Amino acid sequence: MDFSKNEDHEAIRDGVRRVCAQFPDEYWREKDDQHEFPWDFYSAMAEGGWIGIAIPEQYGGGGQGITEASIVLEEVAASGAAMNGCSAMHLSMFGMEPIRKYGSPELANEILPGVANGTIHAAFGVTEPDAGTDTTSIRTRAERDGDEYVVTGAKVWTTKAPYCDVCLLLVRTTPKEECDGPTQGMTLLLVDLKDPAVDITPIPKVGRNAVVSCEVRYDGLRVPVSRRVGEEGEGFRYILDGLNPERILISAEALGIGRVALKKAVDYANSRVIFGRPIGQNQGIAFPLADSHARLQAVELVIREASWRYDNGMDCGEQANLAKYLASEAAFECADRAMQTHGGFGYAKEYDVERYWRESRLMKIAPVSQEMVMNFVSSKVLGLPKSY
Amino acid sequence: MKVVVCVKQIPDPALPGELNPTTNLLKRDGKLILDESDSYGVEMALQLVEAAGGGEVSLVSMAPNNEMSGLRTALAMGADDAILVSDENLAGTDALGTAKVLAAAIRRLSPDLILAGVESSDGYTGTVPEMVAGVLDLPSVTFAKQISIDGDTVKVQRQTEAGYDDVECKLPVLLSVTAGVVEPRYPSFKGIMAAKKKPVEALDLQGLGIDLNTVGLVGARQETIRVTEAEERESGEIIVDDGDAHQRIAEFLGELKVI
Ligand SMILES: Cc1cc2nc3c(=O)[nH]c(=O)nc-3n(C[C@H](O)[C@H](O)[C@H](O)COP(=O)(O)OP(=O)(O)OC[C@H]3O[C@@H](n4cnc5c(N)ncnc54)[C@H](O)[C@@H]3O)c2cc1C
Ligand SMILES: Cc1cc2nc3c(=O)[nH]c(=O)nc-3n(C[C@H](O)[C@H](O)[C@H](O)COP(=O)(O)OP(=O)(O)OC[C@H]3O[C@@H](n4cnc5c(N)ncnc54)[C@H](O)[C@@H]3O)c2cc1C
Repeated sequence: MDFSKNEDHEAIRDGVRRVCAQFPDEYWREKDDQHEFPWDFYSAMAEGGWIGIAIPEQYGGGGQGITEASIVLEEVAASGAAMNGCSAMHLSMFGMEPIRKYGSPELANEILPGVANGTIHAAFGVTEPDAGTDTTSIRTRAERDGDEYVVTGAKVWTTKAPYCDVCLLLVRTTPKEECDGPTQGMTLLLVDLKDPAVDITPIPKVGRNAVVSCEVRYDGLRVPVSRRVGEEGEGFRYILDGLNPERILISAEALGIGRVALKKAVDYANSRVIFGRPIGQNQGIAFPLADSHARLQAVELVIREASWRYDNGMDCGEQANLAKYLASEAAFECADRAMQTHGGFGYAKEYDVERYWRESRLMKIAPVSQEMVMNFVSSKVLGLPKSY
Repeated sequence: MKVVVCVKQIPDPALPGELNPTTNLLKRDGKLILDESDSYGVEMALQLVEAAGGGEVSLVSMAPNNEMSGLRTALAMGADDAILVSDENLAGTDALGTAKVLAAAIRRLSPDLILAGVESSDGYTGTVPEMVAGVLDLPSVTFAKQISIDGDTVKVQRQTEAGYDDVECKLPVLLSVTAGVVEPRYPSFKGIMAAKKKPVEALDLQGLGIDLNTVGLVGARQETIRVTEAEERESGEIIVDDGDAHQRIAEFLGELKVI
């Protein structure tokens, strides 16, 4: 790896900052309060080509890697947009990779250009009420009927569903009991979320309220076979492929939230005078912030290693998982310290740190829980017996 | 149509600036960015070329140390190419010297139209554009808020205190563009990447054929004699509303003769 200044990356940061500077704290506070999707922000990011940065040039994207995509999302988060900004575009940035890699050329040509330029919104539907961490227990079924599949079942937490045109949906085409192994018999379909056979209900939640996550019911939705991604029964393998880049992106988003929380905390600690001196002069306030800075710097290095490995075609499961574990821990801790630094005002919406606190908490749970990362490290890296 | 935009690259105004204590000149050793005052000229030029159905937007800048970060930003917005003039002997150049240098660079491009900002954000003498026009012996119109091209004529709405004047002028002409009259576009990702490959011709004084004695500190007719700290402004009066705040504000504005 090379730590010298990378002009392209600096230019990307600068370009994203310019766009994000149009969307101040008040904007995000209002979108979160009103539970409104940040359309103007999304359009500005799409227009600038930032959403499509990691989609290949042949589909109109920027042809960059996960490193560049993660830099974009880090800057979005660090601008104060935090998860409300990132989740608005997160899935478009790399979530459609299975279509590029395994889908038919027709499907890729139909979908990817629209995702790259922001006109097609896409969701990702894996989690079910009884299958989150335990993905292979999904029960949403797709029955073959001529040239179509008929999909029946329910997903939960499908993010952005009401605004999305399509959803990459993991379904069972063969019941688990009839398969040789639990990871078999699952298929990936690109389904139409605007179809009347789809029923979408937002789930009231703690934070990141500008972007809804929903319960989505599929009641006999007919999906043309041409919308199957890759082979029948291979869906789980395709999904696994995308997990590491997704972890890297989430880590970068967490890092960005940590950075903005730290900046707010430092500004406040410098300006708030209590007992005749700025509160930041007290080591009880200063040291936790210095400690968070150290942790965020370390997190950035872990993210860079993971993304560099991915972009160079190397295995990065351990690095991507560790990045997500360390980044979400460091970001939430930093947001918590920023809140503590602000005292009572930290609990007021006006100072924004409470928003970072609510949003960074999410990253310890989704898209993968901290415990599942520990499971991965215990068994896959350390060679301990598997817990499940 | 060929449009040249004069763009100044300046130290980031968000960072604390510093003067050289012996020469009283602003230190410009670090990265320089596109002066926001000039982003309007760049945007205007791009719009005019788009409206004309084609053409070319070239940039001209004079800056120390071959610094081109600000030029890259303007190229990323969509300008086609640039001339950058950089030379050790230019340190301490005054506004007239700057105008001579810019004029020599512009002459090489034979443009139909030259745009500049009304005033820069760091030096803000607001004199360079007209001096450039003077050196090139071209007409100039200041404070342009709207520009349209009709054949070999340019129509300008020239901002005044009361509103605007309609001014018409034959091309070629130099116009200074009022800040804020157009919305400068943000460089897109593809624009940024493309900008790296766009040609920037780097010239020194010799390359431009300029006599060293007419520019730089030696050629400067302006001299900074003394620099003093800006006076700290007194904090304003805070009016707490006890029911008569509106009257007191009206009185205050009356004293200022605003109303
Ligand atoms: C805001 C939000 C947005 C989301 N967006 C999407 C989306 O767009 N698409 C999508 O498909 N999903 C989405 N999810 C779902 C998310 O990926 C899951 O919530 C997450 O994977 C955890 O699954 P679960 O909620 O079913 O937890 P469960 O599987 O029920 O687990 C509950 C707890 O038990 C722990 N646990 C379980 N088994 C073990 C074990 N063996 N060892 C140790 N601990 C264990 C887990 O770590 C967790 O803490 C979203 C979730 C949220 C909250
Ligand atoms: C206090 C002070 C310190 C200075 N220190 C230095 C120094 O250390 N080194 C040095 O080289 N010069 C220095 N200069 C000179 C200065 O940078 C200018 O180039 C010159 O004085 C232009 O004046 P202005 O910024 O007031 O331009 P204005 O007349 O206010 O600018 C109007 C427009 O003219 C155009 N323009 C002006 N300057 C340039 C340029 N350089 N390139 C392209 N377009 C331009 C732009 O379109 C701009 O919007 C200094 C000037 C002052 C007043």
